[in-house]
Amino acid sequence: MGMNAATLLALSVLQRTALFVVVMAALVGFVVMAFGPALAGFWVTLRQMLPGHRVTTQYPEQKRVKPQRFHGRHVLNRYPDGMEKCIGCELCAGVCPARCIYVRGKENPADAPVSPGERYGFVYEINMLRCIFCGLCVEACPTEAITMTQLFEMSVTDRQDAIYTRSELLMNPDGSVPHPQPDSVLVDMGELLKADGWMRATASSGRAAYEGMTAWTPTLGVGVRPAEKGQSVARRPSPDARHPEDGESEWQAISADDDQESGVGSRESGDD
Amino acid sequence: MTGVLESLFGSVFWSAVIKVVFAFAFLLLTALVLVWFERRVVAFMQNRVGPNRAGPFGVLQTLADGLKLLFKEGIRPRRAEVGMYLAAPILAMIPAFLIFLVVPIGAPIHIGDTAVTLQGADLNIALLFVLAMSSIAVYAVVLAGWASGSKYPLLGGVRATAQMISYEAAMGLALVPVVVLAASRLDPAEGGLGVMSFAKLVELQQGSFQALIPNWFVFALAPSFLLFFTAAIAETNRAPFDLVEAESEIVGGYHTEYSGFRFAMFFLAEYINMFNVSAIAVTLFFGGWLGPGADLPYVGWLVPVFWFLVKTYALLFVFVWIRATMPRLRYDQLMAVGWKMLIPGALLWLVFFTLVQGVRTLGWPSWLEWLPWA
Repeated sequence: MGMNAATLLALSVLQRTALFVVVMAALVGFVVMAFGPALAGFWVTLRQMLPGHRVTTQYPEQKRVKPQRFHGRHVLNRYPDGMEKCIGCELCAGVCPARCIYVRGKENPADAPVSPGERYGFVYEINMLRCIFCGLCVEACPTEAITMTQLFEMSVTDRQDAIYTRSELLMNPDGSVPHPQPDSVLVDMGELLKADGWMRATASSGRAAYEGMTAWTPTLGVGVRPAEKGQSVARRPSPDARHPEDGESEWQAISADDDQESGVGSRESGDD
Repeated sequence: MTGVLESLFGSVFWSAVIKVVFAFAFLLLTALVLVWFERRVVAFMQNRVGPNRAGPFGVLQTLADGLKLLFKEGIRPRRAEVGMYLAAPILAMIPAFLIFLVVPIGAPIHIGDTAVTLQGADLNIALLFVLAMSSIAVYAVVLAGWASGSKYPLLGGVRATAQMISYEAAMGLALVPVVVLAASRLDPAEGGLGVMSFAKLVELQQGSFQALIPNWFVFALAPSFLLFFTAAIAETNRAPFDLVEAESEIVGGYHTEYSGFRFAMFFLAEYINMFNVSAIAVTLFFGGWLGPGADLPYVGWLVPVFWFLVKTYALLFVFVWIRATMPRLRYDQLMAVGWKMLIPGALLWLVFFTLVQGVRTLGWPSWLEWLPWA
């Protein structure tokens, strides 16, 4: 009957161990050869359990650094002399795709003007439940009165509380920004001061020639915010084969694309 | 104290009551831990953290979820068949609890002169009992799907009928070699009694081969174990065979229309069944509660329970691991695996193993003695 227990018993412990290792290695080798490709996926999932693979941020104990242009809740700014920047023109309300802004302008009182313009926004409301945080109001504002901060913790227990009024949006006379729940553990009041990100990151008048130059008005408490650095970094090498050289400008690449597309279009129209 | 315990466990009635209550509490606790265990392991495999807020390392998360479900409204569809709709979750729980009662979770404890077995009942047909109970568990799924009066549960129920019945055949066939092997190891004086008793099966796996490999059945019956484990995954509706409750296809399958604590009962039953099949696999193939250290002072009686839990949770880890790795099968693939691979494979292995066992116990038949290895 081949190798029975008696012949095995004649072997020493060392020989038995060696035999066991060899047999087991052969078995494992066979399994790996036969089912290797099918079993490879199991190693993929198992190795994720090793330390150093977690990517979760333990909010709210840990908070991630937000991008400069983060679209958080809005703030209505003041000039350094305390005047309000808002002139009640209602352009923000007009451009808002979610129709969540309600503004009413009013003539400035002659003896105590609220804003440097003719009028000021004496009613200003944003419904944060409708707002989609697109930032079009910031772009539309001619006086940089409305900007977006980096704060997004705005949960409320009552729908009425989600409508932010002038008293909650407008910067205080000392340059601080109010918040409806200032005592909340989640609210970092410092983030409310990180406004103007969009403006600082954008070239003045939208022209590349003015990149890095400040053309915006100073704000109470912070003064003139500096332009965001690093806007004119050379283009990264593209993996795309059409742009083998770094020197080639984006404009040239785009125009080359245009030529190709128009060529395709003309052929199609010719077939018709 | 010892006297009281001895008289309690000496009485058939009271020992049964204590064991049943313990099994009930143990299974509920296990399900709570198991849900947390699965969520954590899957989270780690997906580079996440998983529940880590409720209690230390989040172990109380399932308890919080369960309490939440307990207080939720039980919504019943108007077109549901009320009687069966209400009975189905209970029908899912009962077999899950009954199966566990035959599994020995530790060595018998001696209190005075009384030996207390750590299992609800040592049935001499435990293996058949387990297969029967897992068949009954199918009814819960099918009835829930049909009685909900809604299309997705019905689809889930229909899938369950085909899937669980076809995989049960493979499961039963995979376990026959265990009985064959157990019968060959049994003392002939006992007349073949007890080859299906779980306590006896654990006892038969005692000792080791050449002081190197324990006498666990898995080393002789590795194909049986693989077949049983595959069928068990399908039987408990776990990924990659979770077509019965495939979220992306049929919402929640048979429990789509269940809410509140009735849903929780299905959920608990699924996890208890997971624990049950792992416990059965450990008992049949991995030596049950056998392990070193049972002669330690004071804690010796706990050591077998410890080994049993370690082995069971190792298998449960494999359950979770498979879920995190494998995508769900298509329905025809599921049927093909069941009928074209598992059942023929189990039959071939059964024939081969029975032949080998026959030759080992009876010797080579005379007309085959010309073979060089005969």
